[in-house]
Amino acid sequence: MKSQTNLLLRFAENNLGRLWLGLVYLFLYIPLFFLIIFSFNSTRQDGVFTGFSLRWYQALLSDSRLVEGFFLSLKVALITGTLSVVLGCFAAFVLVRYLRFTGRTLFYGMVNAPLVMPEVIIGLSLLLLMVAVQRTLGWPDRGFITIVTGHTLLGMAYATVVIQSRLSEVDRSLEEAAMDLGCRPVQVFFLVTLPNIAPALVSAWLLTFTLSFDDVVISEFLSGPGVTTLPQVIFSYARRGVNPSIYAAATLLIAAVSLGIITYSVLMLRRQKRLDREISAATRSEQAFPDPAAAG
Amino acid sequence: MKVSSWFQGFLFNLGRRFVIGVPYVWLLLFFVLPFLILLRISVTDMGNGVDPFAPLIDAMPGSWRIKLRHENYFSIFSDAAQGAVGGLGGGFGNTIYMEAYAISLKYALLTTLSCLLIGYPFAYFLARSRPSVRPALLMLVMLPFWTSFLLRVYAWKGILADQGVLNNLLLALGIIQEPVVMLYTNVSMLVGMTYVYCPFMILPLYANLVKMDFRLLEAAHDLGASRWKAFWLITVPLSKSGIIAGSMLVFIPSVGEFVIPSLLGGAENIMIGRVVWDEMFSSNNWPRAAALAVVMIVLILVPLAFYYRASSGRGAHAES
Repeated sequence: MKSQTNLLLRFAENNLGRLWLGLVYLFLYIPLFFLIIFSFNSTRQDGVFTGFSLRWYQALLSDSRLVEGFFLSLKVALITGTLSVVLGCFAAFVLVRYLRFTGRTLFYGMVNAPLVMPEVIIGLSLLLLMVAVQRTLGWPDRGFITIVTGHTLLGMAYATVVIQSRLSEVDRSLEEAAMDLGCRPVQVFFLVTLPNIAPALVSAWLLTFTLSFDDVVISEFLSGPGVTTLPQVIFSYARRGVNPSIYAAATLLIAAVSLGIITYSVLMLRRQKRLDREISAATRSEQAFPDPAAAG
Repeated sequence: MKVSSWFQGFLFNLGRRFVIGVPYVWLLLFFVLPFLILLRISVTDMGNGVDPFAPLIDAMPGSWRIKLRHENYFSIFSDAAQGAVGGLGGGFGNTIYMEAYAISLKYALLTTLSCLLIGYPFAYFLARSRPSVRPALLMLVMLPFWTSFLLRVYAWKGILADQGVLNNLLLALGIIQEPVVMLYTNVSMLVGMTYVYCPFMILPLYANLVKMDFRLLEAAHDLGASRWKAFWLITVPLSKSGIIAGSMLVFIPSVGEFVIPSLLGGAENIMIGRVVWDEMFSSNNWPRAAALAVVMIVLILVPLAFYYRASSGRGAHAES
């Protein structure tokens, strides 16, 4: 009797879990479904799907503000991603390898602080800096350079976290072996360390690229006249009201991201399989040719 | 030989300095310096036509004085029209700024609570799911994060509108008779903030719960504790650090949130991020915007200090 109620309880618990997971996933994905479905709507109406059409995609492509914003955001995100990974690589190296130097505590604080600082504050203080610099040096004007700087400040913090966790797992004996074989420290870094942390560099780049491509607050503070990123254009449209071309843009973005993630996972899976195969092949050959020293 | 090894040591040191120096200088220039400028602007004169970058120190032959202004801070906390000018008069606490801080804290707190309420069971069930499906389930949580946050918030606008999908659905099901006003209210704002910040609560909680030894629950069960009691006495205390980490990750950015209130919030719920923005770009009152930002940093530093103490305490515990 007791075991029966227990079974019943366990059954209920299992289903409660599935139900809860399902509901929260629904909550997380409803907006995405909404964006995709209503990007194909034939009218401007929001609540009813009146028929299938591609007119919002046409409207999107002929909207010069959105298209220009897209290319600007792409450029900003590409540069931000690259700069953030380079700087994040330096910072992660310092945090993992140089455990003692003057000002390490300050450095640790500075690296992590942008992660928890509201973007409004980062944007405002950087804007004040940029205005001060512009007044004394006459350069740079608010626009591309200032936006990239702001995004990189935030991106570097995220890149550091990602690279740091990978770097701390790297087997240092490989580097020591390379040193013993006569590599200079720079060679060790490029020939041994860098290939080892390459996956983290890729994920850090993707993460910072996305953050930059998506950022609206810092761009709003740091952009100048005539320089508007895609999120800024979307934000200004969104404040005015419903515009299904934005849904079309969203759908294209969702498609691109899903495609990217699927490709990435397939590549990773293949890599893992190849690695497994090589490892098992290596262990097999060891068995086929036993170490003569051990045999003797 | 000796010279060359000395030279190599010199190069090594140089390389080390370079590696430390590059990110250090970058952060000093673009993180610390802006804050110093922010602090400095916040104490300048806010009169019209005054250059906020004018030197703080008046140098006259034979004497100098520092022009530090506290009006920016006083005007945040007390209404000069009601109280004595520059003093803590009767208008204390009744300014729109104080109200904005209160609203920001309230919504940040509510967001944190609702994220915890939704996220904790979710993370718990995720951690107890079969290990083979876990990576896929986790990936599904992360996936929306890779698509634009702005667009996902924007979608809620269409869903919650008076003639929107949700109202139409509820009308069709006969649950409501006429459309419920949801958009531009505190409900829509809370939904939007919970939606955006939920993954930030789920991920640290999951990372914490997945490491938990569930045999402890079985042991408690064998010793006669009910499932509910075991959950409260074992699972919740063990996941305390995860709860704190997740709450911080939700609470801190929520306080300064700017985009979600502008898109989904109503006119009566002006949060502090928006006020800073308006002071900066609409009123062009840079010193006050800077002062508001400084007070916001102080407000955030309090829970942050608490968090660092909790997490460093956890680190020490793990090492012992």
